[in-house]
Amino acid sequence: MSTTYLLRGVAPLGGDPADLLLRDGLIAEIGAAGSIDPAGRPGEDAATVVDGAGLVALPGLVDLHTHLREPGREDAETVRSGTRAAAAGGFTAVHAMANTTPVADTAGVVEQVWRLGRDAGWADVHPVGAVSVGLGGERLAELGAMADSAARVRVFSDDGRCVADPILMRRALEYVKAFDGVVAQHAQEPRLTEGAQMNEGVVSAEIGLTGWPAVAEEAIIARDVLLAEHVGSRLHVCHLSTARSVDIVRWAKSRGVDVTAEVTPHHLVLTDELARGYDPTFKVNPPLRTQADVDAVRDGLADGTIDIVATDHAPHTREDKDCEWPAAAFGMTGLETALSVVQATMVDTGRLTWSDVARVMSSAPARIARTDAGERPQGRPLEVGEPANVVLVDPAATRVVDGAAQVTASGNTPFRGRELPGRVVATFLRGAATVLDGVPVERPEGGVA
Amino acid sequence: MKHLLSTAGLAREDAITILDTAAQMATTQSREIKKLPTLRGRTVVNLFFEDSTRTRISFETAAKRLSADVINFSAKGSSVSKGESLKDTALTLQAMGADAVVCRHQASGAPHLLAHAGWLDSAVVNAGDGTHQHPTQALLDAYTMRRHLAGPPGSGPDDAAALGADLAGRRVAIVGDVLHSRVARSNVHLLHTLGAEVTLVAPPTLLPVGVESWPCEVSYHLDESLREGAPDAIMMLRVQRERMSGAGAGAFFPNPLEYTRKYGLDGRRLALLPEHAIVMHPGPMNRGLEISAEAADSPRAVIVEQVANGVAVRMAVLYLLLSGRDAPGAPDPSEGSVLA
Repeated sequence: MSTTYLLRGVAPLGGDPADLLLRDGLIAEIGAAGSIDPAGRPGEDAATVVDGAGLVALPGLVDLHTHLREPGREDAETVRSGTRAAAAGGFTAVHAMANTTPVADTAGVVEQVWRLGRDAGWADVHPVGAVSVGLGGERLAELGAMADSAARVRVFSDDGRCVADPILMRRALEYVKAFDGVVAQHAQEPRLTEGAQMNEGVVSAEIGLTGWPAVAEEAIIARDVLLAEHVGSRLHVCHLSTARSVDIVRWAKSRGVDVTAEVTPHHLVLTDELARGYDPTFKVNPPLRTQADVDAVRDGLADGTIDIVATDHAPHTREDKDCEWPAAAFGMTGLETALSVVQATMVDTGRLTWSDVARVMSSAPARIARTDAGERPQGRPLEVGEPANVVLVDPAATRVVDGAAQVTASGNTPFRGRELPGRVVATFLRGAATVLDGVPVERPEGGVA
Repeated sequence: MKHLLSTAGLAREDAITILDTAAQMATTQSREIKKLPTLRGRTVVNLFFEDSTRTRISFETAAKRLSADVINFSAKGSSVSKGESLKDTALTLQAMGADAVVCRHQASGAPHLLAHAGWLDSAVVNAGDGTHQHPTQALLDAYTMRRHLAGPPGSGPDDAAALGADLAGRRVAIVGDVLHSRVARSNVHLLHTLGAEVTLVAPPTLLPVGVESWPCEVSYHLDESLREGAPDAIMMLRVQRERMSGAGAGAFFPNPLEYTRKYGLDGRRLALLPEHAIVMHPGPMNRGLEISAEAADSPRAVIVEQVANGVAVRMAVLYLLLSGRDAPGAPDPSEGSVLA
């Protein structure tokens, strides 16, 4: 039997305090603060009361860009450890990228990841399918089979690699129309980024690391929005990182191109100046850019040009980061710091409301992935009758980030030692608590129905 | 003084201290017995992840002339691709009690990591890292320029005038593959600190994006730079063969002939230089490509002297890094006093 929870006096989307009753996996009742009796009606179990004073209630967060590493790199993360970290960060669903070993390019692999997510039960796992066989960029993977599988894949991406071949990109964009899919492009022109280590600019020139020019991202985005317009397909731009990328997407949207874009938390705040210490914790792809780019992606997120924030959570083992910069792996963890970074950069600065946060971190990503409908819908509003996917945040709390104390199996956070605002107090997945009092609720294998 | 990792941030007084100390070291090197007892009992490890016989024997000679024990650790290819990690190599050297580690590495920043990751207590000297820095090369270049340019123009090498001097107002042209050159990066910072006016001369493809933030001028035209810039010293950079092929990141210029025509130093261009100007090259040279035999072998070329000065400068650096250091564990009285 699932527990009934009464969230007393929480502020839905930062609004006036209210009571939310979560029962049988749904939001059963919403009333004025203090109006709902936890004892319930005769014949009902009494609700467990969660004191929500000062807490903001948001719909469970949905991450469109997560690397869970399983199968293949279980030393860095597993579906279980990664979804547990997701729950700790306030997420109730993650979209698991395809660059595993083996690559998620067949129905078999995506169903394996999907099943591992069901078994883990910390958050819903929606596998992303590879666009090309083995991420090789040469032949289309079995997109239709993945779409028809139990995992019902709708997002396809060669993330980590760019679908650089224009004809392959065109075919992928066209093909996924048959099942309302979307191609999520990692925009990186490969010839312009051979051996690239960090943003190309003043810092790379001085410290002698091979540059990753902004134009290598922008050229692909420009090409892809034109392709998407030409064939009338849906395009999603992963982890956009430069000022001109924002301009291109803004221009494309003004033309009516069906394009969406995401930004990562780290690109909202960190810059390439951090590379000066050669600490590979700050090595990420796309690379950290300049302050002008940070300002531009914040503007883009505030004005809606950028639709969503996605973590690009990329756990790596210590061996892959405790080494020379060029030898280190690209990527940083993000699930447990994403909401805090968005609060610090966008909410506390007055650029976004909590309602906007619910949009960019829950409803819009679920809509892009088409996980807002179906058997276990995500990214739904906080309304009676909707699935009880809820996160409670204490925006007044602060904490100092400690990589070793993260729930994820890897410690490669770029925010180590930084004080961030906000703390996830509780996360509910279809009415079951995955996090209470800021701590993941341990659960047996088997998950939440 | 703890490490020598970069010439960026090296203060003018500290640079002059190194150059003056090198001058003192150089005077001992004309004696019959060249060896000094200064670093007896100290251990210097030459940790070379990349082949460089010239730089290694220069450091080895410098350390041995100061009576240090020298261990050569050739770790080529062992780190980035496979095998032992940089961290384990560092921990091994720490366990063996190295006083100084001279590190050459293909990865920019590797010596910085050795110095700051907490793996190692030794002094770290950057002997060239990736396309980042090669500070002792810049110091020996500055030392060489100071000897020749400190006195009145055309007066030749003048050690007395050089002592304590900087390079204020001297004009230096650095020509060639700046993009991939740690020598150029180190020289731009050090020469600027010493008051020289630096002009980088290269095809636009061999200049990094971001060069506009460097404390120097940039030109695409060598003839114009020689005629109008009237440099007191011209430094030709080595052009690697792989920069000429279409593989990898693509050729940076159409072919070697065109490069030589536009950016090579030959007899004709030598004649455009002021009478007193010196010709430098960090070696090894590609004769016939960036420098002709006529230029390389001319009386103005100080290329062989650069090699000799390299030993004196490296002696000075090792001396300044190690002479103030007590036995491991004891406080370091000179920390922060001389070098960054």
